[in-house]
Amino acid sequence: MKLGHTLATLAAGMLFGFGLAASTMIRPEVVLSFLRFQDFGLMLVMGGALVVTALAYALVPRLLRQPLLGGSFQKHAIHKGARMVAGAALFGVGWGLSGVCPGPAIAGLGAGNWMLLYALVGLALGALVQGLTDKAP
Amino acid sequence: MTDMIAVQNLFPLGWEHYLLGGLCIGLGVSLLFVMTGLVGGMSTVFSSTWSFVVRRPFFQQIGLKGSRIWRLEYALGLIVGALLWWLMLGGPGPETTAVPAWQLLVGGFIAGFGARLGHGCTSGHGICGLGSLQWPSAVAVVTFMITAMITANLVLRLQS
Repeated sequence: MKLGHTLATLAAGMLFGFGLAASTMIRPEVVLSFLRFQDFGLMLVMGGALVVTALAYALVPRLLRQPLLGGSFQKHAIHKGARMVAGAALFGVGWGLSGVCPGPAIAGLGAGNWMLLYALVGLALGALVQGLTDKAP
Repeated sequence: MTDMIAVQNLFPLGWEHYLLGGLCIGLGVSLLFVMTGLVGGMSTVFSSTWSFVVRRPFFQQIGLKGSRIWRLEYALGLIVGALLWWLMLGGPGPETTAVPAWQLLVGGFIAGFGARLGHGCTSGHGICGLGSLQWPSAVAVVTFMITAMITANLVLRLQS
């Protein structure tokens, strides 16, 4: 059961990573060219991923009583308010400066893009400082 | 004919690989949900992994500590998936980027801080949040798209 859970999670991540690489989102230049209105491919990537995910999130809990490996279907946690908007605004500034967001920073390593280690270290340190300055729940 | 030109202007490098890659990402997020019920954005792993070494209560909260294993497995899958793409369809050499190291590092830091403060990134809000039809995630996506576009264009101006 535990092994099945690990294998399923790995397989899901592999599809995600393969998609990030195939759509060239692991190239910061491609992301930056979207943000500079030169290539609108990122909209297709996000749109394609979004349609499949929205269908799964809407239909699967109606078709299955529980996930195939047991447990229960989780819901995306809702966060809103000024803090969330401030975080999103900052995230965008960092994304626009680097052309890298969390998924591609990780996946890019699989395609030998070692430069992305800089982004990975930055992301990890940013998350660390955020946690150190945040209140425990 | 004019349609072809419009498509070329919007997608100078072609559009098929973007759509197919996006569908693949959606299938990954969906597979995780069907099999385990988990909602898999990517930014939380950058906080949850710190719970292995940082004792501070924030990092030991159940939401981070309880998810740190599967999030690392999911992240490992991302690397293996991209490796498979590289071996099957990638170029002869490794991928690289001409974006300067300091931009990757500083941009990564700001994005990491912001994603965790705002509880989500391009996949967390953009795919999982919007996929759950949650309006706060739509606010987040519009917000980070606008600040990212402003930043990317400002950087371009300053560099030229």
